[in-house]
Amino acid sequence: MALPLEKYLRVGKLPHIWCPGCGHGIITQAIIRAIDELGLDTQKTVVVSGIGCSSRAPGYMNFDTLHTTHGRAIAFATGIKMANPELKVIVITGDGDAAAIGGNHLIHAARRNIGLTVICFNNNIYGMTSGQYSPLTPTGSYASTAPYGMVERPFDLCELVKGAGGTFVARSTAYHARHLTNVIKDALKYDGFAFVDALSQCPTYFGRRNRLRTPMDMLNWMRDHAVSASSWEKMSPEEREGKFPIGVLVNQPSRELTKVYGEILAQARKEAGANA
Amino acid sequence: MKEGKPRLLLGNEACVEGAIAAGLKFFAGYPITPSTEIAELCAQYLPQVGGKFIQMEDEIASMAAVCGASLAGVKSMTATSGPGFSLKQENIGFAVQAEIPCVVVDVQRVGPSTGMPTSAAQGDVMQSRWGTHGDHEIVVLSPSSVLEAYTLTVTAFNIAEELRTPVILLMDEMVGHLREKVILPDRSELMVKARPKPDLPPGQYKPYADYGDPAKVAPLAAFGEGYRFHVTGLTHGEDGFPTNNPDVGARQIKRISEKIASRKKDLPQPEELFTDDAEVFVFAFGGTARSAKKAVRDARAMGLKAGLIRAITVWPFLEEPLLRAKAKKPKAVIVPEMNLGQIILPVKRVMGDACPVIGINKVGGRYIEPDEILDAIKEAILGGSAS
Repeated sequence: MALPLEKYLRVGKLPHIWCPGCGHGIITQAIIRAIDELGLDTQKTVVVSGIGCSSRAPGYMNFDTLHTTHGRAIAFATGIKMANPELKVIVITGDGDAAAIGGNHLIHAARRNIGLTVICFNNNIYGMTSGQYSPLTPTGSYASTAPYGMVERPFDLCELVKGAGGTFVARSTAYHARHLTNVIKDALKYDGFAFVDALSQCPTYFGRRNRLRTPMDMLNWMRDHAVSASSWEKMSPEEREGKFPIGVLVNQPSRELTKVYGEILAQARKEAGANA
Repeated sequence: MKEGKPRLLLGNEACVEGAIAAGLKFFAGYPITPSTEIAELCAQYLPQVGGKFIQMEDEIASMAAVCGASLAGVKSMTATSGPGFSLKQENIGFAVQAEIPCVVVDVQRVGPSTGMPTSAAQGDVMQSRWGTHGDHEIVVLSPSSVLEAYTLTVTAFNIAEELRTPVILLMDEMVGHLREKVILPDRSELMVKARPKPDLPPGQYKPYADYGDPAKVAPLAAFGEGYRFHVTGLTHGEDGFPTNNPDVGARQIKRISEKIASRKKDLPQPEELFTDDAEVFVFAFGGTARSAKKAVRDARAMGLKAGLIRAITVWPFLEEPLLRAKAKKPKAVIVPEMNLGQIILPVKRVMGDACPVIGINKVGGRYIEPDEILDAIKEAILGGSAS
């Protein structure tokens, strides 16, 4: 039986490399569903990634796809978008890729408001290298490089991007698959830098070390701790303790970088013509 | 711009004009002395020709953006100096592996580390060759004059586009910050190569096709043209997808080296001066070759048979003129360079025991003066009677 989303997949490259129970397939499917529901032009859509488990997703997706160096997906994508603003450029990254080694590119892309849709598959662990702590690993959690518990404090990625000037920031989870699809659709429709923190589960390298032994334990944890953005607004600091908001958290449209640069181009050409 | 008229140009400025003449449409950079003028002038000129400029958040991002823009189908370049060149190396390796055409300018300054940012050096000879990880050939070109900074930048783009590889333009502060009177060639006289386009439909296109002939390189489709292909830094097969097959991997790694090694004859050949009857050869490149040329001319004026071999292509190392010199059983080969001895290593390898290979090495920012090279020529030809 043909999958309804088969035209977006390189079926010949399957099966994927992800472990049983991994959340990355759910998020990849949400992206593909969002693309399908929006009817994006598959010839004009480019998917760029860095290094890590999540960054293998583009290899299975039937678009122009670019699997770059660790942390640099957003910087490569910036070059693509600047060179050809007609393209829809989607970046798939992980929490280590986006927030540790690539943190600088994340905040600067947000500041520039360049038209990229960045989806962070956030499983708060380095899965590809078998379970070292990331900047998203919660304090006290265990990781192969945090055998006594994580001593550092984690980022809140949405707050980070917001603080860097991000004009569209959203969060959802692998548990909320339909909600996640809708949030990604909003991000893809947004004209500017759009960031989606997509919580994923890594049962193999995070769950097993942290008393969330099965994928369902981890998905249920997302269900039990996520709060809609509208409810979050009404909650007291005490009520918010241990919870996190999902939904569109920032939506403050601002002029997109390549459009602003397009105006510079027109002006420079006019001046060059006048001086010739 | 203004071809055909005499102009007073800076080396870095000539590089930018050459790049634009070659069809540069995207520049990403980060400020670093002594290359910054290249970024500044690209910011000014590129929008006038419909090109794009962006100052990225760091050197790594600049190199990444250049790769991205090139994959989107436009001729792309970045410029830096030693410390920034080091930061770019991982993504230069990516461009080598993924076969992304681009030009990387390194205007060398004194190192290691921050060193002496405004002073000249030629300390990145080996970094330009071996700065990335893994095995691969790379094309490195080094201009000696402002005019050559222009023409060689055009050549760098042509090689990059034809061979689908990053090309390093290894400048030094001497040439980058040199102001010289130049008459730029008319655009109609320049050979500018367009990026070859695939002639197969998307279903049949292999972005990393192996034709069995290393000199033949698969054309690169642009993102957005409907080919929907995959690009990765992982070792990959002809279709661009990662592989763990050792035979496929070995073939890919060898092919990207052989496509350059097999084209040595098509790269800019060394300039030779008075080499036919020379008894002593000076081997030099970049800014130092200017002093070497004067020294060789002065020696000839004194009746001393000195000759110059000036490398324009630094890597791959073009041995042919040195092999001809070796056959003449010379008294010495003198190698002046503003480092502690880098390009002398392949020169020694080629010359073997045929004759002494003498380095003139200066670090700390002072140029090597013609008389220092002339003294070495005298010493080699006249021996103890030189003084």
